[in-house]
Amino acid sequence: MGDLAIRVENLSKRYRIGQRERYLALRDVLARAISAPFRVFSSNSKPDGRNPRSDYIWALKDVSLEVKQGEVVGIIGRNGAGKTTLLKILARITRPTSGYAEVRGRVGSLLEVGTGFHPELTGRENIYLSGAVLGMTKREIDRKFDEIVDFAGVEKFIDTPVKHYSSGMYMRLAFAVAAHLEPEILLVDEVLAVGDADFQKKCLGKMEDVAKEGRTVLFVSHNMGMITSLCKRAILLEEGRLVTDGPASETVMSYYHRGGSSPHAVDFTRSGRPIGDHLATLLQAHIEDMDGNIVSEVDIRYPFKVKMRYRLHESVPEPPFPNFHFFDARGEYVFVSSSNNFTNGGTEPGIYEAECIVPGNLLNNGTYFIGLALTFTHRGIHVSFYEKDALAVNVKDPMEETLYELRSGYSGPIPGPVRPRLDWRIKKIS
Amino acid sequence: MEVRTFPETSLQTTGQRAAPIVITPPRGWLDLNLKELWEYRELLYFFVWRDIKVRYKQTIIGAGWAIIQPFFTMVVFSLFFGLLAKIPSEGLPYPIFYYSALLPWMYFANALNGATNTVIEHQRVITKVYFPRLILPLAAVLAGLGDFGIAFVILIGMMLFYGVVPTGAVLLLPFFLLLAVATALGAGLWLSALNAIYRDVRYAVPFLVQFWMFASPVAYPSSLIPERWRWLYGLNPMAGVIEGFRWALTGQGSPPNVLMFVSVAAVLLVLLGGIVYFRRMESTIADVV
Repeated sequence: MGDLAIRVENLSKRYRIGQRERYLALRDVLARAISAPFRVFSSNSKPDGRNPRSDYIWALKDVSLEVKQGEVVGIIGRNGAGKTTLLKILARITRPTSGYAEVRGRVGSLLEVGTGFHPELTGRENIYLSGAVLGMTKREIDRKFDEIVDFAGVEKFIDTPVKHYSSGMYMRLAFAVAAHLEPEILLVDEVLAVGDADFQKKCLGKMEDVAKEGRTVLFVSHNMGMITSLCKRAILLEEGRLVTDGPASETVMSYYHRGGSSPHAVDFTRSGRPIGDHLATLLQAHIEDMDGNIVSEVDIRYPFKVKMRYRLHESVPEPPFPNFHFFDARGEYVFVSSSNNFTNGGTEPGIYEAECIVPGNLLNNGTYFIGLALTFTHRGIHVSFYEKDALAVNVKDPMEETLYELRSGYSGPIPGPVRPRLDWRIKKIS
Repeated sequence: MEVRTFPETSLQTTGQRAAPIVITPPRGWLDLNLKELWEYRELLYFFVWRDIKVRYKQTIIGAGWAIIQPFFTMVVFSLFFGLLAKIPSEGLPYPIFYYSALLPWMYFANALNGATNTVIEHQRVITKVYFPRLILPLAAVLAGLGDFGIAFVILIGMMLFYGVVPTGAVLLLPFFLLLAVATALGAGLWLSALNAIYRDVRYAVPFLVQFWMFASPVAYPSSLIPERWRWLYGLNPMAGVIEGFRWALTGQGSPPNVLMFVSVAAVLLVLLGGIVYFRRMESTIADVV
């Protein structure tokens, strides 16, 4: 396979509908056997003893994929698209129904933090136990023990049963063990979704380290920001099929486009669940360029508008403040912008449209996520709704045009969440 | 002159690259892969270690539990079956006669119970990490030896007290213990795989164990069974184990005979069948638990 770490060919996995939720009872089988011996006989002719006529669902269908050594690949898709199934097959937790996969190197799967922990055992004992479950040898754990304890910051409680740990300590220790696993191929599923912001940042840093060390990572997440920041490449699964495979930002965009509600124009009234409360609800929002076209991509040099429609349900003594929260692809706050006393809307019931112009030459190139909120201030601070990551916009830097205009001929990446064009003066002073 | 264009990565320092792991749909009946089991021996050790550790940590009386169960059963049996029902005891004092049978029996019953439930109890781990699932029932069966060891110390004390001197046959004791482990594992493999698919199997196990005890020479000597039916009786592997245990310890009772050979054959059959069946179910266990 050359320098391939993972090769997957026409991989399919079939589940019986409901199989994941329901298990059988022997008494049911016996009851069926007594009532209809012939039916049971025929269904037993299948090697797995299940009725061949019942409904099946393909959790994964003909997925082919190649991952090079050292690549960090994101896997996105809706719930039930087959993301976790793919990881589980590669981790050998479950077997495919048909197809073939080849994995070269030691595989570590992080499908959950705290796998194998036992509450009655002490921190020390759990490090060994969980480490062994995750695939470390005793010698490896011996060697990394101090490092793990250090990373988790639980020195004082290392000989206390973990059932007495706070949930934060528990998580830190559990993650510390997992983080010190050194597989050549790491399969990660949403573990970063747990814990507080600090903890997530720590996890993120560790993932970046792993990627930098040249290991192969497959990373399933719903957090598009994390996908675009951690992975160069991403694949999109839809109903078990691989539909997009390409650069992470393009796959993320494709995910939104295919979802019907593309993230640059969202109709919130169709979600079935009204967003808001008795004072106001969020209706629609979109990104548009200065000519009034709804767009998903904007030029880094030109301003664009973020528009939001909301309905006021009752008249209020003071107008509310719409506010937009901008996050970069790593999930870091870039800025918050709000209307102010001079540009606020009305106080009467009705539909309002708020518009915010984001100037050109402010954001860097990349994907930005915009949270939409509406805040009332007449009786203390009251937030009617806050829809995080409601909109997404891709800021493009058309290099062929900006190379000399903005970049002085430099074609490499320019870091930072913003890239403002500032005034510079240079003069000769001696 | 050697020119290195690329720095050596940490991957290369781990030695030559291992053969790829190939993942395919399950097929074949004889894909036992016992070599892999050996590669995971450390995990087996950790599971056994954890089970024993947790067992004695969780309970107030800790290790005492391992003694109380067989000891008090022995007292009850000695009273009712021995003193009242006057069941023959091969010339042994009743406490020794019953305790030496209860020891392997209790081990077997507990190990079987543990092995049956182990797959369900490890549901979370099974659906998150790969390792040969065979390790789970194996660990459950081996962990039971902790209790056995503790209870065995009491037996030595009792033998000293009653002045029962073991003969050279005592050297065969490990063999009978091994036979008990194999029986528990064999039956445990079947039951744990079945239990993963049919959740009510575990409710049937206590019944099964109860019946099984009366089909084994725990409360009575196997000499009560008519000679010409002994071989049939031997189909119950625990009959051979318990009879052998008593004989090896005390020199009393029946030495290995037809019954024993039938028992050994039965154990091997159950064990092999169990491994094949469990291995067969292994690939779907994560989907059904």
